[in-house]
Amino acid sequence: MIIKSLDPRINRAGIDDEAQIGIQQPLDQWQTYEVFQQKKRGTHHVHVGSLHAPDHELAILFAKEQYARRGQCVNLWVVKTSEVFATAYEDEDIFATTPEKKYREPEVYKVMDRIQAYKAKQNQ
Amino acid sequence: MELTEKHVEGLRELLYKMADDLLIIGHRNSEWTGLGPVLEEDIAFSSMAQDKIGQSLAMYELLHQLGENEPDIVAFTRNDKQFHNCHLVELPNGEYDFSLARHFYFDHADAIRFAMLENSSFEPLAMVAKKFKGEIKYHTMHADVWMKELANGTEESKARMQSAIDSTFPMALGIFEEGDYEKELIESGIFQGEAALKEMWYQKISETLQRCGLQAPELESVQNAALGGRKGFHTEHLQPLLSEMTEVFAIDPTADW
Repeated sequence: MIIKSLDPRINRAGIDDEAQIGIQQPLDQWQTYEVFQQKKRGTHHVHVGSLHAPDHELAILFAKEQYARRGQCVNLWVVKTSEVFATAYEDEDIFATTPEKKYREPEVYKVMDRIQAYKAKQNQ
Repeated sequence: MELTEKHVEGLRELLYKMADDLLIIGHRNSEWTGLGPVLEEDIAFSSMAQDKIGQSLAMYELLHQLGENEPDIVAFTRNDKQFHNCHLVELPNGEYDFSLARHFYFDHADAIRFAMLENSSFEPLAMVAKKFKGEIKYHTMHADVWMKELANGTEESKARMQSAIDSTFPMALGIFEEGDYEKELIESGIFQGEAALKEMWYQKISETLQRCGLQAPELESVQNAALGGRKGFHTEHLQPLLSEMTEVFAIDPTADW
């Protein structure tokens, strides 16, 4: 049976509802790329998602419409997902004490007290 | 220079054919929405189709400023004889290779036409042309990358692309069908004319195809360029498209969205 639809385009396409979708061959099954978007020059590129593409040229074309057709963008990066190396979630404990290391943050430097005091004085 | 009635008539003719080309190709390409070959390409092609509709609106607005009816009325209430688009844009979608060949030919012509119009003596048109420059640049990038990909894909993809390029070519030449006011448009500096556009276009598409490993058809070999669209003579495919496109508008032209 041919699929009947309210959408005239579907009727024109004459799609057989019994049609079997075969196993995807490598040519139909593209690799994924990760997309990074830069909103303004000088700022960091930020990861916005991923997409399928056969190579980096099409990945960039697709990324433009998929991730940058709304909102501001000045630059895009695409990287093969297979080229991204990551830590393992089972090693998550290597970050366990990170939130406690306040002494590594500039806000806790002694000099900050003096800067804050100076600012307060200026505002008086 | 002072514009005479003939110059304004020429300008109107130019704007109508551009607007109608953009509206009809936008509609045809939007028919791929949800049916594209892969999700990412579906999104990109649909988004460009929307761009085309937006560009056509800008043209209909310029026409409105010249005294024509509101854009919606002009776009949705005319029949096929009142449309000035070329045959290329009204032909039904078939296989994706045809749509890509049409996209490649049309968008290169459009890109050069808009680049020419950036220097138009009709200031409002020059401003619109500048505004859409980046959008159209993406459209030609998209067409060129696909051309290169398929020319260098498999033996089948290359053969099919070459065949689509060959069979679509006579239709593409209909883009450059001259109007009655070419001389007036050129002398007033509104537009450099279809003949100049065609020459630049042919050079551009030949170079691009050659770089991809494909061959541009010979201009001289074409005996059956698809002419007539600019004068309101269309294929049997335009009226059904218009009927479908205006179906909702026809039910209630005053409806608010």
